[in-house]
This record gives sequence, structure tokens and C-alpha cells, in this order.
Amino acid sequence: MKIVVPLKQVPDLVEDLELNDDGTGLDYEYLKMKLNEWDDHALEEAILTKEAGDAEVIAVALDGEDVDKMLFTALAKGADKAVKITGANPYAGNHEMAKVLANAISGMSPDLVLVGVQSAGDSDGWLAPLLAAHLGMPSVSVVTGLQVSGNTVTVHKEYSGGIMAEFDVELPGVIGIQAARQTPRYAPVSKVRQIQQSATIEEVAAGDLGDVVTSTVEEMKHPEKGGGAKMLSDVEEIVEVLKEKGVA
Amino acid sequence: MIFKTMVRKEKEQKSSYVEKDSAIVDGIDISGHWNKMYQPREIMNYDVTPLEDLRALPGAESIGNCYQCAQCIGVCPIDNVGDYGPRKIYRKLQMGMNLLESVDLWQCTTCMNCLRVCPKEVNMIDIMPAAREKAILDGKEVPAELQEMFQNCAEYGNPMGESPRKRARWAKKADVEVKDLSKNPEPVDVLWFVGDYYAYHGRGNDAAQAMARVLTKLGVNFGTLGAEERCDGDSQRLAGEKGLYEMLAEHNIEKFNSLDFKKMVVSGPHAYNAIKNEYPKMGGTYDVDHYTQFLSAMMDKLKPLMTKEFGKKVTFHDPCYLGRHNGEYEAPRTLLNAIPGIQFSEMFRNKEQGYCCGGGGGGMWLDGFMADNINERLSENRVKEAIAVGAEVLAVCCPYEVSRFEDAVKSTGNEGKLEVLDIIEIIDRCIEE
Amino acid sequence: MGDILVVAEHLNGQLDEATFELIGMANGLGNTVVALIGGTDEMVSQLGAASKVVKVDAAADFNPESYGAALGAVADAVNPQVVLTTGSSMGMELANSLSAQKNWPLAVAATGVSANGSVKAQAALFGGKIIATTDLGSGPCIVAVVGGSAPADAGRKEGSPAVETVDAPAGAGKVHFKKLIMPESADVDITTKDVLVAIGRGIGSKDDIEVAEELAEALDAAVAASRPIIDAGWLPKSRQVGKSGLKVKPKVYIALGISGAPEHLEGMKNSSTIIAINSDKNAPIFDVAHYGMVADLFDVVEELTEALD
Repeated sequence: MKIVVPLKQVPDLVEDLELNDDGTGLDYEYLKMKLNEWDDHALEEAILTKEAGDAEVIAVALDGEDVDKMLFTALAKGADKAVKITGANPYAGNHEMAKVLANAISGMSPDLVLVGVQSAGDSDGWLAPLLAAHLGMPSVSVVTGLQVSGNTVTVHKEYSGGIMAEFDVELPGVIGIQAARQTPRYAPVSKVRQIQQSATIEEVAAGDLGDVVTSTVEEMKHPEKGGGAKMLSDVEEIVEVLKEKGVA
Repeated sequence: MIFKTMVRKEKEQKSSYVEKDSAIVDGIDISGHWNKMYQPREIMNYDVTPLEDLRALPGAESIGNCYQCAQCIGVCPIDNVGDYGPRKIYRKLQMGMNLLESVDLWQCTTCMNCLRVCPKEVNMIDIMPAAREKAILDGKEVPAELQEMFQNCAEYGNPMGESPRKRARWAKKADVEVKDLSKNPEPVDVLWFVGDYYAYHGRGNDAAQAMARVLTKLGVNFGTLGAEERCDGDSQRLAGEKGLYEMLAEHNIEKFNSLDFKKMVVSGPHAYNAIKNEYPKMGGTYDVDHYTQFLSAMMDKLKPLMTKEFGKKVTFHDPCYLGRHNGEYEAPRTLLNAIPGIQFSEMFRNKEQGYCCGGGGGGMWLDGFMADNINERLSENRVKEAIAVGAEVLAVCCPYEVSRFEDAVKSTGNEGKLEVLDIIEIIDRCIEE
Repeated sequence: MGDILVVAEHLNGQLDEATFELIGMANGLGNTVVALIGGTDEMVSQLGAASKVVKVDAAADFNPESYGAALGAVADAVNPQVVLTTGSSMGMELANSLSAQKNWPLAVAATGVSANGSVKAQAALFGGKIIATTDLGSGPCIVAVVGGSAPADAGRKEGSPAVETVDAPAGAGKVHFKKLIMPESADVDITTKDVLVAIGRGIGSKDDIEVAEELAEALDAAVAASRPIIDAGWLPKSRQVGKSGLKVKPKVYIALGISGAPEHLEGMKNSSTIIAINSDKNAPIFDVAHYGMVADLFDVVEELTEALD
């Protein structure tokens, strides 16, 4: 079976996020980007599924800074092929991204598309249902357990309070992954470097997107600081507070 | 976690090591007729494939030299608080243990005490990285904390996972100028390689600021790589991530080669080991000193500056990578003995016999993992020794150690009884503002 | 101003609190119509704060495919200006599905919605580090709202709103609901504890959780955690606090090494007293905490436990 995993780069929250000059978005120039952690889980699920049966895993990403390294790392983790889509905006919202990906992916005739359920900067929706709509496929999101058998994938969708629902989804389908069965594996740098020498990344052009539904982010700002907390300086003060509240 | 089940299971398998009828080696007949029974004896009835496989790894060949004398066990710091050592590993390999899947792969701190006493030169410093590298490339399970550290180094160039852009922020609080050669390159006499812990750890910042002040007072024309500096990569290499080490070294060497300096001075012994012994293999050869060597050579200028007394009882912990690995025991002592008012005494296990703090070879990021294998942290054992010799201050000169020993002081219930200070901090305190 | 269509959410036969939050919010914007898909007449009687309920007969258990198609039919019947859904695992499926069906603009993670001329939504993105305002135009448009953004009481009222029925369209029939899986009987119900000691990414490794457990013991508290700890399998789901976990309101909530991402705050921001310990002075948690300390939790927690013993 063929599994496609779209991978997205997102701003690394270890950095301070700086805003552009007119305050309408992030200043991407000095931003450090990294693989969206939910996409990392989707990739892990794809590789686990491949290891359990007979499957081909194709990692797909929009061209941008450090995307090559991200795709080589996916290959080092066990993906079979890496495809880069050129000529599209890698920082676009999910509506636009869904269309770009759908154009590239439909030609691959995937049986299963696994993608991270969300990413930290999502402002206009989730990728999985939007992508599924363009591909004309069913989709279920917030999935933590996945089992493929024949033409169906059985998934566990998470609700709050630890409650889950089991669904059978007829393939081909798009699944939004919340968490893989195990922590995403580490690709040793030695292996990634090996792959960088030997493997190639296929390129495909984004093509025409037509009309895309947009909701414009008109302003971004940092939240006001100096909010509530009364800052304490030592353990004694914490003990005082706890005693005052009657719990110590 | 699979480590809990793999600890002590060895398998016995039948093999075919049988004594030969006759044997002539290098022209000498060593046939054993005189002690033969009715049929050739089986010398070993274990499957020695794990041993042979390990021996076949480039770098790990010396594991085959062991003849079970157990000199190493007496000096292995892990065995002191657990059950470990090269001899034991060799024996388990003979009995079928696959080192690449065993907890024993990750316990060694590469302190080199074993190699120091081994008559057959079984070299764990080469064996462990070779075995660990194979384990990682083969996709064997790596302790989670260590794996996270690898990921942090690969992404951010430092094991803490801090933003690389913030690497030089400590310098703002140094109250002296620290030239950032990545922003304003100029020729300097000394390129100071600051290191991750000095750059990002609170107590490391204290030592870094002290170093900046001392170098300035001495009139040294120095500069740093600022935020372009990356982890030296030595501990990562010893923990098995050779590719990561190469990536870090390549970056640092490229930066070094773009600058004009006469000498490199490093804050820590691990960086010292890397830059002195490993970087040349990657095309980067520099005249490098550990800061204690650099400063002790300037004693005629430094001594007159130290006018304030530091009248405390001080002992010193020899860092494995400055001492045993690179033969430097005197420079730190030269500095300490020059401290006005100091009352210095050695610990029982000093110089070549120094007791490892547990941070080397990846150990810095394996404390959680090691908790299952040892009854006491190495750093705790060492701190108790410092107190036993009556010290009020434990002096160190490796950036890993301040945090390890301060932790150990608290966890052994000795808070307030022992202060842990980097030598540079002590020197700084003796110098008038 | 056109109608505001609120998509009711229910699980296991109960209307979710967030539904009432949305109704209260909608009443502040215009005329509220509630879409009740797969719900009961009993639920209708709880929706008195709305002017109308549009009911679709569908399976009692949520199915993103069939409920998504049903919502499309309701939207056709109501022709709303703004559609409000919850930001949950169910609400988000419907918001995205409707956006794709109708090509209506969508904003998610919203904490506030306004409609003066054009519809605008405010959201906390990037773990709370950025507040973004999105312009959705004059409508129709869709907003998925984060739980806890508005008071539930404002939308809670018994009554008999007008009920209109819409037929469920035939779906594509490719997603089949099998069953609900309830969590294993939890060792501890964290929603009943007076004191919770909650851990986040700052805890570092599974072995270090002990430090938090010792503090919890000293306070007769339970250990709770944010999503990353649960996803890593270090604590059972029954301990998860946040958007996809449990909502708690203890007397004292001690947050250790928790940055304060909106998804976590959703689960605990109504606690009476919040004490946060984090080594990052800019962590968003300090904006909602009542007391805070910028410190490495490992330096503080052991000392605190000892002081309490």
C-alpha cells in the first residue's frame, strides 16, 4: 500500500517570535524552523505501519528553508521516497496548503494519507479534513491508534476526558494524527548524512491553485506582559501561600 | 521500557571451540599432550559470536585482549557503586550477551581508569564509541534522555536545546568587554572557546563572567565566537553519534579557520580533548590550552593580582579528560596553591586515581537511566569523599562538574557544608575589582 | 445581521458545557439558532436561550462524515452569517468540513468573536505567544471557539425554543462508527482533588516524576499533567489536564515546568489559586497564575516537599 505523509516546517517556539514591520504576521527572516511535531508523529505511524506489513512511505513537503534536510531526515527514519513541491508558499494557511498538496498528491494515488492533526500556528483550520475534501476522500482527525487491514483502516479518535471512539474508514482516506504509538524515532546524524550523499529528492511544481478561500490575518501581536502572577522568591513564601489557602 | 528486562540475561549456547590435537605457533610446539584426557577437551562451550562480532568493529578490536585479570574492576568507578567493568563485559560477551542490546553499553563514562591499569590495553575509550555507534545505526534502543540530548545538539548546537541565538547572552553581564568575533572579526591573541555549560547554565555563566574579568585584568587580547560557537561534540562522539560530532566539529573548524588568532583557550577538558586530539583528524589543528594551563603559565602576572584572601579549606577534583586522558595534573594545582590563604588538601583518590564524577561519555544525560544500575551517583560518592577530607570548598575545572557536584551536595544532605567552585571563580574572587 | 448558527456538541447523551458558552456568545452577536445533530428532545429543552433549534435525525454517536453532511444541510436551511463551533475534536471536524463544503472562510482557536461590519475573530496561537486577529469578511463564515472563552451560564436556560427539522442527507458512507471506548477506571479522579501538582515538559524524564509525586504526597494531592507527558506514556490519560483532557477547578493548582499553552489553560484556568514554577520568565503561565516563581523546578520542589513534611 502507498502511504503519503505531508510534512510541514513550523516556527520553533524555543525562539522569541518576532513580528513583521506592519504587525500582520511573523518575521520569518531570523526564525528557526523545525518539523511540526504532529507531522513527526504521523511519519512515525507511517513507518510503523510499513514495518508491520508491505507499504511504501512517501514524504512530501513544500519547498522552503531547510526543507531538504527535513526530507532527508524522513528518508533516514525509513521513508522510501521524498518529494518537494516548488513554487508554493510554505508559510501559507491550511486552506491554501491543502490545495497545493492535493494537486501534488492526487497524482500519486495514495491509499492512505497521514498528516499531523494540527500545528502551533494554525489559524484557518486543520489540514487533514481540508485536504481530504479536495481529494474526495473520507477523513478522521485526532487519531491516536491506527490499524490497517485490507481496504480499511481502524482508528481511535480522542475526545476529552480520555474517552475515545473507534471508526472504520474505507481507504483511500486521510487521517489526522494526534500521537503515534511510540515516540517518534531519532534519525542519527550519521545516517542523515549518508542519505544526503546517496538519495535524491524528487521535485514537482505546485501548479495553478485557482481560487482559495482566505480569511486574512489582519493583526498579530504579543500578549500583554505583567499579567496576574505575584512573583515569589523562595520556598518559604510558597509554603506561606499554601498555609493561607488551608492546604498545608 | 525494554531495558528493565534485558539486564541480567545471558544465554548459554553450544559452540565448537575444541582443543586441537597439536598446535605449533611461530615455530614453537605448544601441543598439550601432557594434560590430555581420553579425548580433546572443550575449552569453551559458549557461542562466542557476540564477542567476535564486537571485535570485528573498527575501534573495538582490543576487547579480545582481555585475560580476566580484573585490575580494571578495582578501579572502575561504576563498579564501586554497581556491577560493571571491562572484565565483566568480556565474560558476559563470552557467555552470549549482545553488548549492543545490553544496558552495559551505556554505563561506561570513558573515564579511562581501566585503560590506565590494563596490562593488555583493552581500550574502552575506543570500544564504547564504536559499539554505541553501531547500536545507534542499527536502530537499537537508546536511553530516552540521551536521545533527546542528541536531538537538541543536532537542532540547536547545544545539548540543552536552548536557542543558538542566545549563546552569547551571558557576556552582557560580565561587566567587561567580551569581543564577539563572529560579529566583528579582528585579529586577537587568544580565541576563547567558551563551551555550552558556560554559555547556558546559570552556574556556568558565573564562571564565564569570572573568566572574562580575569583575562581582562591580565591584559589578554581575547575574543569568542559569540553565537556562532557550537558544542565541541566530544561527549556526543563517545556516546556513539559520530555523525553528529562530525557535523559540530566541521562547523566549529570552519569558524576557527576564518579567524586570526595565535592560541586557543578552552573552558573545559572535554573541549580540550576534542580540539587537541580529534579535530586535527578533521583538518583543524590549533595550539590549544585548557584555561588552567594557560593561566598557570602566566603565574608571574597573575600572582600579584590576587590580593584578596581566600582562606578556606579546599580540595580539588581531577577531571578525567584533563587528567588521565591528557596527562595534566599540575596546572590546576599550580593555580590553587597560588591562592592567598588557601588551605589545600588532596582527596584520597587524586591525580591518576581520581574518581570520575559520572558526566563523561554521555553520562551527563544518563542519570535517570543509571538510577536503575547503581546504588549511588558517582558525584555523590565523590562529594562524600571531599567532606571526609575536611574540605569546605570543592574546586573543579570542568563545566560539567559544578552542576553535578552541587546536585550531589544537596542530594546527600550536605547543603551548606560544601561549596562547589570552578577554579576561575576562586581566582576571580581574589582579584581586586 | 444574519443568524448566528451554533453547532451543539454532545457526547454519550450529554450536551457539552461548551455548547452553552457558544450560545451565550452568539446571543451577544445576533439571533441564535442551534444546530442539533443526532440529539434528543431532552437536549432541546436545555437550549431555551436560543431562538430556534434546527434538529437533524442522525445517529446518537458523532460521525465526522455524516454529521458534516448534516451540518451542510442545516447551513443551507438557515443561511447564517456566522457559524460557531467548539474547538474540540468534534467541533473542529465540523468547522473544517463545512468550510470545505461551502467555501466559507474559517478561523480557529478563537477566544473572542465580534461582528461590526465584518466578522473578526481573535485567537491565541503558537502556544499562546501570539495573539492574532482574523478578518473573515461580512459572512457567511465559520469560527471554531476555544472552550472556556465565554461563561456557560449566559447560554444556559431551560425552555421550549422553536424546532425545525431538516432531513439528514445521504453521506458518502465511508466512515463507520463502531463504538465508544471509555477510559480504564481511573486510579484517581483528578477533578475531585483539592490540590493538584501538575507537571509539564519541564519535568524532563519519566524518572523525574518522582519529585512531583513526593510533593503531591506531602500535600495529599494528586499528580496531573499536560498533554506531552501523557502522549509520552509517562502517566495515564486520567491525569491529563487540558483541552483534550479533563477540566479541573481545584483549590490549589501547582504548575511545574508547564509553559501555559492555551490548550492546557483551557483545562485549569478556573482553579482558585494557581502557583506556577517555570525557569522561563516569559512563560505564558505567569499571566494566568496567581503566584509564580522563576526557577528550575528541580531546585525548588524537593526543598518545598521537605519544608512541608
